[in-house]
Amino acid sequence: MNANAASTADVERVFRAESGRAVAVLARVFGDIGMAEDAVQDAFAMALARWPEGGLPSSPVGWIITTARNRGIDRLRRESSRADRHAQAALLHAGGEPAEENAVDDDRLRLIFTCCHPALATTAQVALTLRLLGGLTTPAIARTFLVPEATMAQRIVRAKAKIRDAGIPYRVPDTPELPGRLRAVLAVVYLIFTEGHSASDGTGLVREDLCVEAVRLGRVLAELLPDEEEVLGLLALMLLVDARRPARIDAEGLPVRLADQDRGAWHQGAIGEGLGIVRHCLRRNRPGPYQIQAAINAVHSDATTAAATDWPQIVALYDHLLALAPSPIAALHRAVAVAEVDGPDAALAIVDGLAAAHAALREHRVMHAIRADLLERLGRPGEAVRACDAAIACSGNEAERRVLARRRAALGGH
Amino acid sequence: MKRYLLTIYQPDGPIPPPEFLEPIIENLARLNDDLRRAGAWVFAAGLHPPDTATVVRAREGDLLLTDGPFTEGKEHIGGFTVIRAVDLDAALVWAGRLAGIVSPLAVEVRPIQGDDAA
Repeated sequence: MNANAASTADVERVFRAESGRAVAVLARVFGDIGMAEDAVQDAFAMALARWPEGGLPSSPVGWIITTARNRGIDRLRRESSRADRHAQAALLHAGGEPAEENAVDDDRLRLIFTCCHPALATTAQVALTLRLLGGLTTPAIARTFLVPEATMAQRIVRAKAKIRDAGIPYRVPDTPELPGRLRAVLAVVYLIFTEGHSASDGTGLVREDLCVEAVRLGRVLAELLPDEEEVLGLLALMLLVDARRPARIDAEGLPVRLADQDRGAWHQGAIGEGLGIVRHCLRRNRPGPYQIQAAINAVHSDATTAAATDWPQIVALYDHLLALAPSPIAALHRAVAVAEVDGPDAALAIVDGLAAAHAALREHRVMHAIRADLLERLGRPGEAVRACDAAIACSGNEAERRVLARRRAALGGH
Repeated sequence: MKRYLLTIYQPDGPIPPPEFLEPIIENLARLNDDLRRAGAWVFAAGLHPPDTATVVRAREGDLLLTDGPFTEGKEHIGGFTVIRAVDLDAALVWAGRLAGIVSPLAVEVRPIQGDDAA
């Protein structure tokens, strides 16, 4: 056996880490994403057959890209002899341009913008991003979003066919459209993160792999677009929130509120990195919604105890956030900070005002959970129990329901 | 180059008054001129209302004619434009202008089969 012999697990690790890069390069080479993906899968199948005996090549991703390109061209030659116009076009495309590794970064950026094109539904954007850039398998993505595998496979196939047939371009948008298109990309990455972080429909509370993948995509974007403050803001936001993951769940697997978390368990490395990015953004002074949300989380990260939190600063940051990007959910979270500054009665008035103005909030578990908390602090346990019941009724997450039930029980026989 | 069909969907109901339609027709003419100048124009047409339609089906050698549109819905196709564009983004720019002219009506963009990607 070779000294560099690679295990199946090694090949899988390379696949998860590098398949996005390889698909991105080959999508440019072939001018077709589906073809690129097939070629990369072929190459990894060959790697599985060869690397365990022959050892890891010095550049695994380079080997994959070269092999995939050759396999893809072979396949195209076979198909183009059958007068497949599409294959002929792709072969023509592939013939001209060699796969240069130094163009890989641009290729990945192009692929991200293609996957998150606004002509694709959000569900399709998320699935394609995880599949093509994240290297997640279709069954894994289906499990994550709790849809049948056939449904997810169909969603991905349809999206790839639309990219090809509708001519969704494989390029980074021009400057005038870049901000709007970048917002869509950031929204997809953040959606992947929040889905992992709050697992809205699942039985568990955190789907770690999604959080990890979102942070990884955030890093790729930050590396590719280092001058876009909101890209950095999103990365910082995810790092700071994800740093609390070890403290977010108790021994029973139930979520722990920020105020009750063991701050010693927070991941200091991620916090340090997140805080560094927030400070860098503050110096750049071009604030946006992700940067402000990162700053809010930075204030929490700075506090050694919940009581030491600089709540007036958090209220001020929420005011800034609401001025830039008004949202009833952000206004709701501002009310939590107001409770710490001006007291629970002031906060309750805000929450009730928001619920009166936004029908969607009246069905939202977070609104009812916040009301329950405020009512309890105001010494109105009967109303707090009713708010708890409403929160339980609105929650789609088993772990959350159990925590709410525990709080309800603690409120006693009201 | 690819070709795209831009379809304008409008609600059923009475035809709006001329003072409402005239500026729209003028703007559509201007858009068609711009499409021609850009080499993007293939075909464009406004349609008579759906109650002028006849549906034809061939069944076992006989032609069956039905008076009225294929489907009775709340909306119908009011008109369409076929354009030539390098990719969907370029097509969406033209579709956006069309949607602006006929606002609040929806414009559907569909790729035409058999065209090579750019």
